[in-house]
Amino acid sequence: MNLLERAPIELKAWLLNLLGVFGVPDWALAILSALLIIGTVIAVFLGLFALTSVMERKILARVQNRLGPNRVGPFGLFQPVADGIKMITKEDLVPRGADPIVHFLAPVVMMVPALLVLAILPYGRDMVPVELEAGILYFFAVGAGTEVAVFMAGWGSNNKYSVLGAMRAIAQMISYEIPLVLSAIVAAMIAGSLMPSVIVAAQGGFAFGFVPQWFVFTPWGFTAGLIFYIGALAESNRSPFDLPEGESELVAGHLTEYSGFKYATFFMAEYVGMFAICGLFVTLFLGGWQAPLPFLEIIPSWCWFFGKVCFVAFTMIWVRATLPRLRIDHLLAFAWKFLLPMSFAAFLAAACWHYAGRGALGWGMSLVIVAVPYLALGTSFTRRFAVSKRTYQFSE
Amino acid sequence: MNLPGAGLIQGLAVTARNFVGSYFEKARMTTEQYPEERPKLPENARSFPFLVFDGDDAEAGMRCVACKICEKECPPQCILIVQDRDEAGKALKRPKVFEIDIAVCMSCQICVEVCPFDSIRMDQDYELSSFDRFAPLVLDKAKLLKSNEYYQSIHPTEAAETDARLEADRKKKEAAAAAKAAKAKPAEGAAG
Repeated sequence: MNLLERAPIELKAWLLNLLGVFGVPDWALAILSALLIIGTVIAVFLGLFALTSVMERKILARVQNRLGPNRVGPFGLFQPVADGIKMITKEDLVPRGADPIVHFLAPVVMMVPALLVLAILPYGRDMVPVELEAGILYFFAVGAGTEVAVFMAGWGSNNKYSVLGAMRAIAQMISYEIPLVLSAIVAAMIAGSLMPSVIVAAQGGFAFGFVPQWFVFTPWGFTAGLIFYIGALAESNRSPFDLPEGESELVAGHLTEYSGFKYATFFMAEYVGMFAICGLFVTLFLGGWQAPLPFLEIIPSWCWFFGKVCFVAFTMIWVRATLPRLRIDHLLAFAWKFLLPMSFAAFLAAACWHYAGRGALGWGMSLVIVAVPYLALGTSFTRRFAVSKRTYQFSE
Repeated sequence: MNLPGAGLIQGLAVTARNFVGSYFEKARMTTEQYPEERPKLPENARSFPFLVFDGDDAEAGMRCVACKICEKECPPQCILIVQDRDEAGKALKRPKVFEIDIAVCMSCQICVEVCPFDSIRMDQDYELSSFDRFAPLVLDKAKLLKSNEYYQSIHPTEAAETDARLEADRKKKEAAAAAKAAKAKPAEGAAG
């Protein structure tokens, strides 16, 4: 069991030792060690992307009582290969009026932050590629780069739909960044550190011997986690917040003028970004690589991490299969008038929980602090956007 | 009291029920895996016309007598019939050429309705795509001729009705011939 738990680390050490025996100098070994980690992380996440691209279609199909892709390979599992070949062989169109440099760079700028943020996630016990003191801060600082890429894509395409889509995307991403960061701060505040591995360690152990002490199982953690989850959906432009690509009004938003491999890169970056933010969600609220029950610790920690990430990704697909797309004013109103006050409430609740001794008293207090604004805001919100019977002045 | 956000949970429950149900309830999944599973077509389904023959030999059992009614009635004019002739140039009661251009045919079934010999009927074969849009879509006599058994397999009710009528006609003809023969005999006897 311990062997499996440490298998990735031991494998790397063994490989580097082997190379050391053959007289590879130390500086080269250091670079190789870094490259090995980078290569593994990228390979794992691109593999996850390929798997998700087909699983998402299959899950959506099942929700709609269809079969989904099942022609390429067993159960349609080689569909991503076929998709990839199709994407690569497609013509790479650049509009005549487009800014060729910006148009070319946008997918690259989109992809780079999506891959960079993977560096700070703790994938398992002692398995953090880069141990950063301000890991969470780094995640959001680098992750904000995708917003630039979206606007580059929209502006560089010289297309009205692209610009409108990009403007929407910027409005949405910046609005949702605030509740996202505020809810992440709640977890960081309770753990007392911005270091992802410390936050995961703070969620270790079991109350009463079997209830995992993940942040999501406290009132404030549940609220902050939900806000973070909604913010993550909006940040990764996923349904119901996929208005930047709302095809009914904007063709495909900032992706309108992209085809072939550039489009594939955008697609890939969006999915890797989604996995990264799922990974951060798991780290902050779902106990990172911690097992949910004591006896399940037999299963290696990195399996738990990726299992949880896949579960969160599944729920995102589930949400996509369920909820229709929001209207832009509803979307922004939801971010500023509901999520933002609620994240403050979660913040306050977490502080009360901490100062009331992290016990039953704190639990009750934080529940009240979260529930009252939720009911008040939620009721007023549903009332304001309630659908009433339309009265027509000139017809009927 | 309706809790805010309860509608979201309800919606998620509906999709979850569909997701799980699709793996356990056969009735939910209506997809037919086409090339492997073929639909049982309704009896009245029709694609393009074909020619019926009786017996085993297509040429000998051909019901068509080249009367050219269908050729004249066909609204898009997709039928071509050339009557067969013997060495002396006498017209024979069978077509030499019978072609239907299914690129032109509109499956109206008028040819079937006007045929007095029950020789042209509607087929159900729908897998007729080809790489060339001209020659393969003009069906010649060899492709058009299909056995009466085949006709019975695709349109059982209609075929049974046709067969019964043909049988009745044949019996009536036989009876008429017998009556004629019976009438002819006494006359013969009177003469003798």
